[in-house]
Amino acid sequence: MADVGKTPVARNEKTNSEFGYVGIDAILEQMRRKAMKQGFEFNIMVVGQSGLGKSTLMNTLFKSKVSRRSLMTTEEDRIPKTIEIKSISHDIEEKGVRMKLTVIDTPGFGDQINNENCWQPIMKFINAQYEQYLQEEINIERKKRIPDSRVHCCIYFIPPTGHCLRPIDIEFMRHLSKVVNIVPVIAKADTLTLEERDFFKQKIRVDLRANEIDVYPQKEFDEDAEDRIVNEKIREMIPFAVVGSDQEYQVNGKRLLGRKTRWGIVEVENTAHCEFAYLRDLLIRTHMQNIKDITSSIHYEMYRVRRLNENNTQPNGQTAIHANSVPEHEVLSHEM
Amino acid sequence: MLFLFRSRCHTATKSRPSAFFSTSAPPPSISDGMPVQFPMRNEEKRNLSLGGHVGFDSLPDQLVSKSVTQGFCFNILCVGETGIGKSTLMNTLFNTMFENEEASHYQNGVYLRPRTYDLQESNVHLKLTIVDTVGFGDQINKEESYKPIVDYIDTQFENYLQEELKIKRSLFNYHDTRIHICLYFISPTGHSLKSLDLVTMKKLDSKVNIIPIIAKADTISKSELHKFKIKIMSELVSNGVQIYQFPTDDEAVTEINSSMNAHLPFAVVGSVEEVKVGNKAVRARQYPWGVVQVENESHCDFVKLREMLIRVNMEDLREQTHARHYELYRRCKLEEMGFKDTDPDSQPFSLQETYEAKRKEFLGDLQRKEEEMRQLFVNKVKETEGELKEKERELHEKFEQLKRMHQEEKRKVEEKRRELEEEMNAFNRRKVAAETLSLSQPLKKDKDKKK
Repeated sequence: MADVGKTPVARNEKTNSEFGYVGIDAILEQMRRKAMKQGFEFNIMVVGQSGLGKSTLMNTLFKSKVSRRSLMTTEEDRIPKTIEIKSISHDIEEKGVRMKLTVIDTPGFGDQINNENCWQPIMKFINAQYEQYLQEEINIERKKRIPDSRVHCCIYFIPPTGHCLRPIDIEFMRHLSKVVNIVPVIAKADTLTLEERDFFKQKIRVDLRANEIDVYPQKEFDEDAEDRIVNEKIREMIPFAVVGSDQEYQVNGKRLLGRKTRWGIVEVENTAHCEFAYLRDLLIRTHMQNIKDITSSIHYEMYRVRRLNENNTQPNGQTAIHANSVPEHEVLSHEM
Repeated sequence: MLFLFRSRCHTATKSRPSAFFSTSAPPPSISDGMPVQFPMRNEEKRNLSLGGHVGFDSLPDQLVSKSVTQGFCFNILCVGETGIGKSTLMNTLFNTMFENEEASHYQNGVYLRPRTYDLQESNVHLKLTIVDTVGFGDQINKEESYKPIVDYIDTQFENYLQEELKIKRSLFNYHDTRIHICLYFISPTGHSLKSLDLVTMKKLDSKVNIIPIIAKADTISKSELHKFKIKIMSELVSNGVQIYQFPTDDEAVTEINSSMNAHLPFAVVGSVEEVKVGNKAVRARQYPWGVVQVENESHCDFVKLREMLIRVNMEDLREQTHARHYELYRRCKLEEMGFKDTDPDSQPFSLQETYEAKRKEFLGDLQRKEEEMRQLFVNKVKETEGELKEKERELHEKFEQLKRMHQEEKRKVEEKRRELEEEMNAFNRRKVAAETLSLSQPLKKDKDKKK
């Protein structure tokens, strides 16, 4: 008896100014309240050789000692023999907005003599986070809010050689740009003059294009014309040439973050000196939600499709992938 | 397709072991010989104070602006007898004349009529779906009246579940048709709830958020209304009907929500006609004895309903639908289909493994059925062929027989002809003989005569 087959027909838009205010736009305020109550999560990974200033940059970005190094008190400052993946979480709050920030460090990357397949453990980690989320999602009794440990953004540090991308850079970014948002930055940019910097950036962009590496913001995920304009501007500036510092100096009567050298003070937040401010604005102030959305709606979905298809094509009797262990590496070498 | 899994609906399902990287598992190794360390995920969290303005306080704004571009969905189900004022109330609530003809009272059964509208207010786009129950309460036998409603709600959940389980899915573009709120219209009898009301609400309370409202409240006086409300609420409580409670956990809205909770069910009056009161035109119903103003809080609770439904709790309604009612449906459906989180040996199942096994079984079944049907078809064909051959043979026989008879007849006729011919010949001969005889005879005869 139920005529459920009737497809609802969308009528033309009606504006409500005839009789008075209905109050539909109050939903925005309701959403905001709900979001503030729930809090946000953000997981950021830093990858680069040791000594490129990764920890300092993290501290500068979030204006507090979020990096692993700041927490180490007794651990010696040694280069690990293998790539390790260490993540630290912090609860930070600003103007009532609470955020659980997780910084994932990868000491040992690129530091060995033989760096073949150095990207593999990182790729494995990222996929493991997707796997964990997927398992939680397909549970029958699942949590109200699935804890999100997926890596939203990976900042890749390029050493300021001034020439072009090295093979390790290309290899890493080529593999990882397919599973995570990569934001490449030129580290320690205060060793390059402005001309050298521009030349270097140009070279890097050419290299990225030649190797078909799509870094954030990816061209194919631009939603509309407005988006594209904004993102094009950003794409012209990639990679950002950054300088990090957590020390303040007095400049022109103001206290600013900077690096003091004998020939001057490099102001971190001065856009004429370096592009740190652009990076911070991109990552935090304007595109953070977009970064998270791309991770969850595109990268995660791609992983899910791959994973579910794998299961379907597996013949009977083969070793199944158990839910709570790291997937066998045969699956991973089944490359993207 | 029966499964022998023990039903786990009622026992507390423990969640799977939470340590993702267990220290007892050997570290995974990569074939090129470079061992990799996956340490325990560092769960240390610290509260940090920031040394300056970082800027992530713009996150809620970013989130809101993304939602604005995506647009919102809201689905209302109106359950109530024909003519109780459902359409008028919707028109009044949203300040729009949704196109509606009056429904007839002569429907055979209850059916649901969903209609979707695109509304816009300032920069917010709302895709509003209003589902009407046509024919509710009109039949003589109302035992099955609640079924189409429950089926409709379940179908919407099912559609969402199907989309969620797809391999290639697009949840972000999906037009969510799950019912967020059910407005149950109670007739203003002034006495108590009808049994149809109780039965229907009981069936719906675990599937959808219900807000009961007293329709056409201008037929009840204030004192009667007060008693009526108390009676209704006590009946609901004593029958265990769970209606939607406005949430009181967020300090910003706790006060207003808890005060509104005390005013349930809302006594509403709907009208889209304007009447001049004083020097303003307000929406009201004009009677010879006075004017009932819709937006006057002392006349009816319409403003309260609008406040609660739209301006304060719309988002919460959507969330409750998704997090509570949908999850419950999903859990029951998946368990019904035989999926579990852990199997009898308490080894976690992969949903996909079970799904895969189920799928193979299903395909096997299909194949078997196909075989059967093919066999059946072949047999039938053989049979019919046999019959046809039989018939053909019979026909041949008949034909042969007829032919033989024909031959027989022909022969007989031939014979007769010959006989006849012979007779004719004989006759002719005799005739000739007689003639010649008569020729020679007449002389004799004449002679005889002359004598």
